[in-house]
Amino acid sequence: MNVFYFFLQHHEEILDLTLEHLWLVGISTLLAVLIGIPLGIVSAHWPVWNKPILGTANIIQTVPSLALFGFLLPVPWIGARADRLAILALTLYALLPVIRNTYTGIRGVDPSVVEAGRGMGLTDRQLVFQVELPLAVSVILSGVRVAVVVSVGLATIAAAIGAGGLGEFIFRGLAMVNNELILAGAIPAAILALSADFGLGWLERRLRPR
Amino acid sequence: METIPANGPVIDFRDVVYTLPNGQPLLQNLNLQVQGGETLVLLGRSGSGKTTTLKLINRLLTPSGGEVRVNGALTAENDVIRLRRSIGYVIQDVGLFPHFTVERNIGLVPRIEGWPAERIQLRVEELLQLVRLDSQIASRYPHQLSGGQRQRVGVARALAADPAILLMDEPFGAVDAITRDQLQREFLSLQQRLNKTVVFVTHDLREALRLGSRIALMEAGRLVTVLSPQDFLRSSDPLAAAYVQAFGEGLDSAANRGTS
Ligand SMILES: Nc1ncnc2c1ncn2[C@@H]1O[C@H](COP(=O)(O)OP(=O)(O)OP(=O)(O)O)[C@@H](O)[C@H]1O
Ligand SMILES: [Mg+2]
Repeated sequence: MNVFYFFLQHHEEILDLTLEHLWLVGISTLLAVLIGIPLGIVSAHWPVWNKPILGTANIIQTVPSLALFGFLLPVPWIGARADRLAILALTLYALLPVIRNTYTGIRGVDPSVVEAGRGMGLTDRQLVFQVELPLAVSVILSGVRVAVVVSVGLATIAAAIGAGGLGEFIFRGLAMVNNELILAGAIPAAILALSADFGLGWLERRLRPR
Repeated sequence: METIPANGPVIDFRDVVYTLPNGQPLLQNLNLQVQGGETLVLLGRSGSGKTTTLKLINRLLTPSGGEVRVNGALTAENDVIRLRRSIGYVIQDVGLFPHFTVERNIGLVPRIEGWPAERIQLRVEELLQLVRLDSQIASRYPHQLSGGQRQRVGVARALAADPAILLMDEPFGAVDAITRDQLQREFLSLQQRLNKTVVFVTHDLREALRLGSRIALMEAGRLVTVLSPQDFLRSSDPLAAAYVQAFGEGLDSAANRGTS
């Protein structure tokens, strides 16, 4: 029951850090979606771009997160503030699932439907926005869901460079060998990840084309 | 823009060659003219190049050699979007948009052409009536329709912006014999009223004889001959004769089974 009292006592700080955590994850996911979906569309439409784009995103994914923070530190403007650094790193990690699922989603659209659209005189832009993206939306969303769940976990590491978030508790707890502190970071993070997973999963099923 | 000779062909293939990027030829030396208001049937076996020929008309494919003209103008020089919107296209696999209702499927070209909403709605109702679908169907999604209903919607969608040219790729392929018979009958009465220039693809000789004003017989990427239905039945061309025999035997043996 120590944990419970700890939560009661520190509820304000927990709430603050949870919001900070959400902010890191939210902004980075938004950026990843804004960058990743266009890149996914490009790689689905121009096969030459497919390998370079997905390859780069793949390589980024393999860089250990602490090392990535380190690499980004000397970058001007970005390296100047810890939260910018954290958001950029999280965005880079979130790109792969978004790009890959946009690519798969568009490639998975029934070719006869695309051909009908083209044959009826839709422009490339109309084809993308009225046919391909609406039909790929649930696949794309499942990529976003993966990105969010991974980001919630990764964002705890951002505290190591002073970007805040629930990782604060975890690192403090580790330093002080204090389990309550660690749980104060880990439990809200787990709840965030689970609710994002559930919420986006629900949306994904609702938007799945018949 | 070139001026269109009043009596010239609406669709004109001249020495058209189509080769895949890997060098494999799909169409060789195709010369074919389609006159205004006629129904030209492309008849041929699976893989003979019928769909390829059709796609050269609305420039889903561009010829590797020779030229394709529509209304006298080279398709390769035309604005491809304008060209496609002026040609109705019923594709082989119907290809209805699964995320659009029937109404939106049919009204798509009018909508992107900027028609006002009321006009689109009237047009959709008119077209549903034309292809004999209940207007209640308008709010349904394609997966809520039967195969025959889907094919009717496909035809209605191709007719939406009232194109003068209609390309139909085995539009009555995937339905039972009775429904097909009905669709063919409706096509004939529709064509009598609308008087479109139609290129109609089929591998069914009976359908070709029934619907076509002329039949273009294709085999292995080549145009073998172009004949009227009457001449086709009497043709001495070996391939045409083989078709007539194959279908004729089918009819005869079926008729004789009960009596012998
Ligand atoms: N993009 C492509 N790549 C490779 N081969 C192709 C391609 N498109 C068509 N073909 C081949 O070209 C030939 C002609 O194809 P086409 O689709 O025109 O035939 P079709 O007469 O319409 O046949 P069906 O009656 O089965 O529809 C076929 O052998 C087909 O396999
Ligand atoms: Mg075909």
